[in-house]
Amino acid sequence: MRIAHLATLIAGLLLALPALGFEIEDQRLYQASPQRSVLRVISTADLDVFDPIIRAFQQANPGIAVDYTVTGTTEVMRAIQDDGAVFDLAISSAMDLQTKLVNDGFAQPYSGPANTLPNWAIWRDHLFAFTQEPAVLVVSDAFFAPHEAPRNRDELITLLRENPDRFQGRIGTYDVRTSGFGYLVATQDSRNSEAFWRLMEVMGRLDAKLYCCSGNMIRDVASGELAMAYNVLGSYAESQLQTTDGFRIVEMTDFVNVMLRTILIPANAENVADARVMVDFLTRLTARADLVAASGLPGIDSAALQENPSLRPIRFGPGLLVFLDQLKRQNFLRSWESSLVQE
Amino acid sequence: MNPRRSIRGRLFLQLVGVAAVLSLAFFLVVRGVAERAAEGTQDDILLASATAIADSLRSEDGQITLDLPYSALSMLGTISDDRVFYRIVSAGQTLTGYPDLPLSDPIPVLGQPEFVTLTYRGDTVRSASVVRAVGPATDSQALIVTVAQTRLGLAAISQRITTTATGVGIGFFLLATLLSLWASHLALRPIVRMANAVARRGPQDLSAVPTDPPEELVPLVEALNSFMGRLSTSLSRTEDFIVEAAHRVRTPLATVRAQAELTHRKLRRPEHKQAMREMIRAIDESSRSAGQMLDHAMVTFRAETLARDELDLGTLMAETCDRLAPTADLKDITIQRALPKTPTLFMGDAILLQAALQNILDNAIKYSADDSQIAASVTTGDLLRLSFSDSGRGLDGVDIAQLTTRFSRGSNVGDVVGSGLGLTIADEVARAHGGKLDIAANTNGVGACVSLILPR
Repeated sequence: MRIAHLATLIAGLLLALPALGFEIEDQRLYQASPQRSVLRVISTADLDVFDPIIRAFQQANPGIAVDYTVTGTTEVMRAIQDDGAVFDLAISSAMDLQTKLVNDGFAQPYSGPANTLPNWAIWRDHLFAFTQEPAVLVVSDAFFAPHEAPRNRDELITLLRENPDRFQGRIGTYDVRTSGFGYLVATQDSRNSEAFWRLMEVMGRLDAKLYCCSGNMIRDVASGELAMAYNVLGSYAESQLQTTDGFRIVEMTDFVNVMLRTILIPANAENVADARVMVDFLTRLTARADLVAASGLPGIDSAALQENPSLRPIRFGPGLLVFLDQLKRQNFLRSWESSLVQE
Repeated sequence: MNPRRSIRGRLFLQLVGVAAVLSLAFFLVVRGVAERAAEGTQDDILLASATAIADSLRSEDGQITLDLPYSALSMLGTISDDRVFYRIVSAGQTLTGYPDLPLSDPIPVLGQPEFVTLTYRGDTVRSASVVRAVGPATDSQALIVTVAQTRLGLAAISQRITTTATGVGIGFFLLATLLSLWASHLALRPIVRMANAVARRGPQDLSAVPTDPPEELVPLVEALNSFMGRLSTSLSRTEDFIVEAAHRVRTPLATVRAQAELTHRKLRRPEHKQAMREMIRAIDESSRSAGQMLDHAMVTFRAETLARDELDLGTLMAETCDRLAPTADLKDITIQRALPKTPTLFMGDAILLQAALQNILDNAIKYSADDSQIAASVTTGDLLRLSFSDSGRGLDGVDIAQLTTRFSRGSNVGDVVGSGLGLTIADEVARAHGGKLDIAANTNGVGACVSLILPR
C-alpha cells in the first residue's frame, strides 16, 4: 500500500515537474509514519513561520504527510491559474489575488468554516481568512524618543514636511511594483484616505527607499539605517521584536489596514479530504495560543477589531478585483511612480 | 333507496378543488413575480455597475484610459457573493477585463443596454452591456462595457421564495379546505332542516311544509305541498264517500233488521228461524261496520284539527261505561270501575276520546264470555292510563301490531261480529293526542288488557 502510494507520488512529481513554470523559493516534505496520504500546500508564508503549525497539524492528524512549497504571491496565482499545477491548498497573503482565483473559478467550496469564522472572514464558502495582520509603521529608537512617534498620517506628513533634513533618505516603504502585499495595502490606503497621495509625495521628495520585503525594512530600521518604515507587515514586526531591539511598532490611529491571510482549496485539488482538515485546523488557529505565539500569526479575532475601531480588515468582495485590472494597475503605478520615484 | 354521493361531499370536493387550483395559481404568481423582481434587481445593479464603468472611460491624447471605480465592482458584492466578470471592448479589441467573456448578441446600441443570460466558465451568468462613445466628437470611439455576474445568489433567493410561496400556498389550501368544510355544512343547513321537518311529520299530517325554504328549494316545496294538498283532498273525498255510503246503508239496514225481527217472530219452522237469525246477525255486522266507518272518518277528520278542551278522564270513562252498560247486561257482563275520586284533568278532544274508549270497551264486551267481568280503570303516573281488562279469549298467538291496522282482526275471532276498525280508531285517537294504544295479555293468562295511554 505505502509502496504504491510512494510510486504514485514519485510518478506524479515526475509528471508535474515539466509543468512547473512558477518559481519555488523553498520546499519541504513533512513525512508521516505510517503515511496515509500526502497534502500538497503552496504558500507564501516562510517555512520558519509555518513550521510549528504544520508540526501541530501532523500531531493532531497522524498519517498525513505535508508537502509544503513556499513561493511569492504572484507565483501562487501563476501556479494555479496558468500552470495548472496540482496543489491541495493555496495559502497566500495577497487577498486580491486569492479573490481573483476564486472569482475566476479556480477554487472549490467548503462549508465547514462557516461555523467557526465570522462572516467577514469568509467569501463565498471558497476563501477563508485565518489570520488578521495589520500594516503598521515601524520607527527606529535611534530617531524617536518614547511617545514622540507620529500617531496618524496627518502628523506623519507634518513631521516629514517640517524636518526634511532629518528624514532625507531615512524612510522605507514597499516597492508596490514588485510586492503583492505592498500593492494591496497601498491601493487600500488610496481608497481610504486622500492623505495617502500627499504622504507619497512627501516620501518621494525625501528619497524614500523601496523594499521588497518587511524583513529588510525592519532590519534597517532596527539598525538605525532608517528612521521609519511605512506599511510594514505588523505580525512580522511583532515576531521580530522578540529577538531584535532598536525599533517600535506604531499602529496609526486614523486607520490601520488589516490584511487577512487566506486559504483556499484549488478546484483541481486531489486530496480534498485532508485539505478540508487543514482548513478546519487553520481557521481554528485563534484557539491555539501556543501556535499563534510560535508562528507569530495572529488568528481571526472579532473582539480585537471591536476594541480598536481604527483597525479595518480589508473587505472581501469583487471590489478587490478592481486594482487587479490592468488599466487600473497601470494608472495606479503611474501615479505612484510620479509621486514617489522623483528621478 | 340507494342514495348517490351526498351534496355536501360533492360541494366540499368542488370547493377544495377550486381552493387547490387557486393555491397553485397563487404559488405560481407569487414565485413568478418575486423571481422577476429578484432578476430585475440583479439587472439594475449590473446596469449601474456597467454605467459607472462607462462613465469613468475617457480619452487622453487619443488614448482610451479607464480608471475602474472601486464601487463599480464592489456594489455587485452587496446582495450576494457571486462571481463577477467584466470586459471593455474597443473596436473589437479587448481594452481590459476578461477577454473571453462573450459579448451580448445583439450588440447594444447607444443608450440601449442589453441583458443576456449565458454560460461562462461553467456557470450561468447574467450580463449587462452598455455602449459609450468616448473621445472628441469628430473622432469618437464606441466602447462596449459588459459586466456579468453569476446567479447563485439569485438561485438562493429563488429557492427561498419558492419555499415561502410553497408554505403560504399549502397554508392557504388548508385554510380553504377548513372553510370549505364549514361553508358546505352551512350551505346545506336549510335543506337538512327541511328534510328533518318533513321526516318528523306523522303519517296523517298532510298539511303544508311549514319551513321557509331557500329560494332554490321553493319549487320542490311547492310541488310537495301541492302533492300533499291533492292527496289530502283525495283522502277526504274518500272519507266523505265512506261516510255518505255508511250513512246511506245504515238507515235501510235498520228497516231491514226490524222487518227481519218481525218475520223471525212469525216463522214457526226451526230451520227458517235459524236462517232468519243468521240474516239478523249479518245485518248487525253490516250496521256496526257502517257505524265504525263513520267513527273512523270522524276520527281522521277531527285529528287534523284537534280540539284541546280541558276534560276529566274519570267522568269520560264513567260515561263510556254507562253508555255500554245495556250491551254488557245483555251478556250478563259486569263492568267494575276503578276510577280515581279526584278529577284526572287532560287537555283533549272529548268526542274522539269517547269514540276511542267506546270502541275499546265494545271490543272487550264482544270478546268476553257471558257472565264474566270487565275491569275499567284510570291510573295516573308519569303517563295517564285508561284500561279495560277483560277475561275473554285473550291474544293467544295474535300479532298485536297487526291489530291496529284498518280492517284487520285477530286470528281467533271467527265467530264474533266485527269490522276490524275498533282498535284502529282507538289507536289513531291515542296518536292524535300524542299517546299510544297498548294491547297486552293479562298477567294471569286469561283475557287481554287494552289501554289508552296519554301523556300528562
